[in-house]
Amino acid sequence: MISTIIIAFVVGGLVCVVGQLLFDVAKLTPAHTLSLMVVIGSVLDGFGLYEPFIDFAGAGATVPIMSFGNSLTHGAMAEAEKHGLIGVLTGMFEVTSSGISAAIVFGVIAALIFKSKGKVS
Amino acid sequence: MKNARTYQFASKPSIVSTAVAVGPLEKQSPFLPHFDLVYDDERFGQETNEKGHAYLIEETCKLAIMKGGFQTTDIDLLLAGDLVNQITPTNFAARELATPFMGMFSACATSISTLITASFFLESNLMERVLFGSASQHNSVEKQFRYPIEYGAQKPPTGQWTVTGGGFGILSHFQRDKPYVHSATIGKVVDCELKDPLDMGSAMAPAAFDTIQYHLSQNKGTSYDFVMTGDLGKNGSALLQELIRTSGVSSYLVDQYRDAGAEFYGNNDKFLSGASGAGCSATVYFGPIYAELLKKQWKKILFVATGALLSPLSFQQGESIPCIAHAVELSMD
Repeated sequence: MISTIIIAFVVGGLVCVVGQLLFDVAKLTPAHTLSLMVVIGSVLDGFGLYEPFIDFAGAGATVPIMSFGNSLTHGAMAEAEKHGLIGVLTGMFEVTSSGISAAIVFGVIAALIFKSKGKVS
Repeated sequence: MKNARTYQFASKPSIVSTAVAVGPLEKQSPFLPHFDLVYDDERFGQETNEKGHAYLIEETCKLAIMKGGFQTTDIDLLLAGDLVNQITPTNFAARELATPFMGMFSACATSISTLITASFFLESNLMERVLFGSASQHNSVEKQFRYPIEYGAQKPPTGQWTVTGGGFGILSHFQRDKPYVHSATIGKVVDCELKDPLDMGSAMAPAAFDTIQYHLSQNKGTSYDFVMTGDLGKNGSALLQELIRTSGVSSYLVDQYRDAGAEFYGNNDKFLSGASGAGCSATVYFGPIYAELLKKQWKKILFVATGALLSPLSFQQGESIPCIAHAVELSMD
């Protein structure tokens, strides 16, 4: 149990270190960094590598944005097996739809309740 | 005057009144005692950031008019600008003020480009009083040039913090007890192929250097209390001083060099490299520095406001950041 938590913490943290290096060293914008992480996750799953990564790191692999790319590929491949090429299109958002819908719904709720502020970090 | 960028104003147009207003975070500024209006609400009691921005401009202009003992009808022209698309906050404020109005955009150098233009109108004797200045409001400008603040994007240490504030003044004919515009140098666009919008100080420093160097070459032998750039920040200032040192131009300048952006929030590291925005140079120049000129604490200052002439689209299309710096030499007899 404890070792699972530690592995998840360290691996998740290392993923974030990669993201931070993309900001600070490669000088990528937040949007570019985010997209790149999603693409990496997607490609890794395409080679069947993301599932073993999740088995190893647990939340350390599912919480970072890379897992969104993994879910995109995962859904597309699963549906493609059932429905062929059309399945690639329909499947892509099948697994990820809950995440996308949640982002929209909670975004709307937050915007209704709160007002943004210029706060120093 | 042919082939020159520096102009002397023989009629000595004087800044007869100024007003400066800021938002809540600007209370942390060491310049606070010299700000006329300090608001607790960053939207100035308005529904949106942009409406608040317009309100800030309107109220600061009204105060500058009132402090000078004038009426809105005494103003021949309002020359102003800000950083939002199509300078709508300024346009909307001008709608309320109902003075003759021309909008100007020189990014963060608008504080000085409006003052230079006003000086020409006064020198030509066609106008009596010109209200000039610029403003910025943190939330709406960050949304425009960087990321909406709701996004919570990280900024590197070279990043700067857009000031919520506006500084406006009224330029009129020479008055003995007021600071006057002695001369001005119009900037050229300088582009050193830098592309990082989170390090605008470094992009603008060469433009500031170009203008300072030219102005000094046209005013040889003049001694200044100091030269003050607009919003190079700590990072950009260091680069400018390096440029001055290595070029060998008036090495005495280095000790007498200040930057409004680097000083604006004191030594607080949370504001990263310092302040920026069209309201940064405007509030510092026309607030604390103007007040000290009035008290004759200083006699001659060269203001060099710098502007980064990029748009979010030009940045997304991979263009570099062209920059400009305009200079005004204010004197007090």
